[in-house]
Amino acid sequence: MAKPQLPGIVKGLGITLKTAFETMFPDGPLRPPAPSKGAATVQYPHEKEEPAPRARGVIALKEENCTACMLCARECPDWCIYIEAHKTLAPPRRAGGKPRSVNALDRFDIDFSLCMYCGICVEVCPFEALFWSPEYEYSEVRIQDLLHDKSRLDQWMHTVPDFEPLEPGSEVKVKKVPR
Amino acid sequence: MTPTILGLELAYWQETTIRVLLGLAALLLLTGGVVYLYLFKFVSFMQSRLGPMEAGPYGSLQLLAEVGKWLQKEDITTENADKTVFRLAPAIVLASTFVMFAVIPAGPSAVIADLGTGIYFVLAMSGLSVVGILMAGWASANKYALLGALRAAGQLIAYELPLVLAVVGVVISAESLNLQDIVRAQSEGAIFGWDGIGNPFILTQIVGFTIFLIAVQAELTQSPFDMPVAESELVHGYQVEYSGIRFLVYFIAEFATAVAFAAVASTLFLGGWALPASWGLGDGVMHVVGPLVVSAKAVLLVGVVFWVRFTLPRFREDQLQALAWKFLIPISLANIVVTGVLKVVF
Repeated sequence: MAKPQLPGIVKGLGITLKTAFETMFPDGPLRPPAPSKGAATVQYPHEKEEPAPRARGVIALKEENCTACMLCARECPDWCIYIEAHKTLAPPRRAGGKPRSVNALDRFDIDFSLCMYCGICVEVCPFEALFWSPEYEYSEVRIQDLLHDKSRLDQWMHTVPDFEPLEPGSEVKVKKVPR
Repeated sequence: MTPTILGLELAYWQETTIRVLLGLAALLLLTGGVVYLYLFKFVSFMQSRLGPMEAGPYGSLQLLAEVGKWLQKEDITTENADKTVFRLAPAIVLASTFVMFAVIPAGPSAVIADLGTGIYFVLAMSGLSVVGILMAGWASANKYALLGALRAAGQLIAYELPLVLAVVGVVISAESLNLQDIVRAQSEGAIFGWDGIGNPFILTQIVGFTIFLIAVQAELTQSPFDMPVAESELVHGYQVEYSGIRFLVYFIAEFATAVAFAAVASTLFLGGWALPASWGLGDGVMHVVGPLVVSAKAVLLVGVVFWVRFTLPRFREDQLQALAWKFLIPISLANIVVTGVLKVVF
């Protein structure tokens, strides 16, 4: 036979009351109430939330690494990445060598009013040019201003945190963020 | 005898005006306090958050900001609506709440109208809000609103019965329908000869008290009995076409009714404004302390209503009706029989 239990209604009432008191008196019932300490939320404009290191805040671009291969632009579900480039000659790697033919970026825009933060562009980039940054404070009054050009995307690079170390025993080495 | 205040003799109309204005002020103050205390703060703490913090110290002026916001919004009347009925409906709902307050005593003489059949009047007037809700649902010319209004009518009528039947036990115990007499019976009563705390009817009528609170929860259409305004299926029931100040009126009426029912419950079961007669406080003291006592009891009871509201999920419509007809009404009938028998025996 099942053990006699408290009815679910009473249990539920107990849980809500307990949470209310834990929020109001985080230091115990005899200490003065401090709900701002007990609450799980952050009073945003007065204190900033600390996002997780892998939080998807904004996409940063390392311009030198981009080869304008267009993989990100083609994989983007929202088509919110705009890339234009032209061919140019770069100096040879070794002295006396042939000048290299490279793609120079003319335009690399991400429209954050369309972006749905899926992260496919970051995943698909083979040249380590796109990174997630946890920065989230870039709202704008005008929707056009949410179109970040390549210089603005490049400025986000310094907010990109180092990659988290992998589990011990992992065979893949953790990549380094190009600085 | 002509009533006097600070040595001034007052005509009947002057006295009545003062009583009504004080009653209205008390009602609105209590309602605002309850909204801030429970709707804004207590529920936030239950959910590990702080609630409004910006308007005034600790968000205490948030309600004023909300009222200001609602007043600025456009007051829309839909094209197909029955316009007169549509505009009248919120007023009727609000009026039924205000009229309930007229007979709730807050002190030895602090009552707007000391009716001989006070509790009967309260219950009758609380039933009047059904008319306003049905008017709103029908006049909105909206199927959601009509469904919500019909659900509300079905629910409010179903739960009116246990509400009234639960009160009958108290009336038998107090031998009066007058709320002042019910208060006095509790204050001057004794439990087996011991009169240290009087005889609040919550002790002898605990079954009636529980049924009364459940029925009040349903009468207020608070969760878990919020089928009529179920936002996930009926958008917001009979309120769906209302906006601006008329929606605000429904909002005020909802919480004012919560305060009113809590005040009625504390009068019937918790001893109302009176402290036990054996404590020897005269009428002079109770003129001042009485309103505070009954307000504190009412606010506590509203807290219970809101605590349940923010904890439990919504019933299904058939569960809701079954609870009233198969469970609450038989128990309250049995409660009346047992109370009657015990009253005769002792």
